[in-house]
Amino acid sequence: MSRIAAALGDGAVIAKRNLIKIKRVPDILIFVLISPIMFVLLFAYVFGGSIDIPGGSYREFLIAGIFAQTVVFGATFTGVGLADDMQKGIINRFRSLPMSRAAVVVGRTASDVVYNVLSLIIMALSGLVVGWRIHNGFASALAAFGLLLLFAYAISWIMAFVGLIVPSVEVINNAGFMVIFPLTFVANTFVPSQNLPTPLRVFAEWNPVSAVTQAAREGFGNLPVGTPEPTGWALESPVLYTLIWTLVIIAIFAPLSVRRYRTMAHRR
Amino acid sequence: MTNIIEARGLVKHYGEVKALDGLDVSVPEGTILGLLGPNGAGKTTAVSILTTLTSADAGSATVAGADVFSSPGEVRKRIGLSGQYAAVDEHLTGFENLDMIGRLYRLGKVTSRQRARELLDRFDLADAADRPVKTYSGGMRRRLDLAGALVAETPVLFLDEPTSGLDPRSRIELWAIIGELVARGTTLLLTTQYLEEADRLADDILVIDHGKAIAHGTANRLKDMVGGERIEVTVGDHDLSNARSVMSTFSLGEMQVDERNRHLVVPVSGGAAALTQALRSLDGAGVEVRDVMLRRPTLDDVFLTLTGHAAEEEESVEELV
Repeated sequence: MSRIAAALGDGAVIAKRNLIKIKRVPDILIFVLISPIMFVLLFAYVFGGSIDIPGGSYREFLIAGIFAQTVVFGATFTGVGLADDMQKGIINRFRSLPMSRAAVVVGRTASDVVYNVLSLIIMALSGLVVGWRIHNGFASALAAFGLLLLFAYAISWIMAFVGLIVPSVEVINNAGFMVIFPLTFVANTFVPSQNLPTPLRVFAEWNPVSAVTQAAREGFGNLPVGTPEPTGWALESPVLYTLIWTLVIIAIFAPLSVRRYRTMAHRR
Repeated sequence: MTNIIEARGLVKHYGEVKALDGLDVSVPEGTILGLLGPNGAGKTTAVSILTTLTSADAGSATVAGADVFSSPGEVRKRIGLSGQYAAVDEHLTGFENLDMIGRLYRLGKVTSRQRARELLDRFDLADAADRPVKTYSGGMRRRLDLAGALVAETPVLFLDEPTSGLDPRSRIELWAIIGELVARGTTLLLTTQYLEEADRLADDILVIDHGKAIAHGTANRLKDMVGGERIEVTVGDHDLSNARSVMSTFSLGEMQVDERNRHLVVPVSGGAAALTQALRSLDGAGVEVRDVMLRRPTLDDVFLTLTGHAAEEEESVEELV
């Protein structure tokens, strides 16, 4: 069996094990499902009244931003899950089995796609309730969801690496928030990036979270005529820019995470 | 007889601490080696290296014909490991745990399931098979963990302190299971800090302390190393010094004296006759004898003689901390 086939086959066994855990510990799932609803309501009703989007409605503008933010946040689960696994006895079992050395990380990032699918469904439903609509047809909306999931999958690999280098589960939550908050807020997620002060605006325009948000808005048709046109190559070709980031992140962090897992000292 | 496990000169440092200091291990096919030593002696480190979990700083090792350092993947196919902390997933059921392990050994879907059910039956876990492991008792988790090591019926098994922390009943149950395994010809390396366990299960015992082997042999041979029988006697409140001088005339070596409990352990020869004589002399000297026994040396005596400290003393210190 080739190495890649082994990683995928064994990864599937591990992913199944992670998914059983979601079923057995539904508290995690409830958090995954409730927090996007909270975000939708919070931004639609608390901030929404004060933010004016020329040409369209804030709620239409907002939802894609919340999609992007939530799936990126969801990546912390990957880190938490792995950090948690590494502290448990089960990891010594895995390390003594003739399984692919990549399977634990491959399986974890794969099972976390399921979290993101669930939270996207919940968010889309709550978005529809507060007035968000898909205007460009089903196929292009589906493509937009696909791109969001792909991007989230890439971020999962970053958090997988972080989860393998931190000493404990608590650290990863704090470390994750420190990176993910600026990344998801200094972007066009909640406000159009044009209004930001110059240094932040430049950051926002090249921030891949902005690109994936922009791509999703285009896919859903949430950018009616009159919405401020973004500037910069990244936001003018958001799909391509997002795909480039996705590939680069996976190309860097997948081998790094797998290597880290392989060489990780026997913790005990 | 070929050695299924063969290690030469294993050295491992953890920072300043030398966990293994040139350890040699050899286990012939179809036998049980008991690796005996106190906490911190290097037992778990030795198992971790032989099961490919940890690298060594020096030395060489082969397990079932595969080199531990150059082809760890091959070694993993041929071993089963059950560690001192039950390596099972507590959110999965007993069945799901074993099924997963079978899949990861690449036994295939059908065989994995069948094997999981078989083992659950054999380890008396059939009733709990479909309950999450979280609801299992400590003894049940250990049995499941041991079952995990047997899923692929590998030729070599490593059991790292399989019974530590278990209540006496669970321990005896586990011993029975281990006994069955060996009857089937599996080669087994077992670590333990319980002398009784090594005595009862192992064909061969390797005593290690501070990362080095300090003795090697069958339980009987090790006991012979420290001589013949012992008289243990407990005397009355003011009789210790008197008893000491009486017993020194019988003692073949160094007596162990526990002053607080007024307890003496005296190496002797001559069996029951020696005991009778000793009791007469004690009585003649007016020593009140509260308790007395004649016994063969235990591995405890071996340990004390070889290392100058008891095998389990470090554990009890840890428990106090």
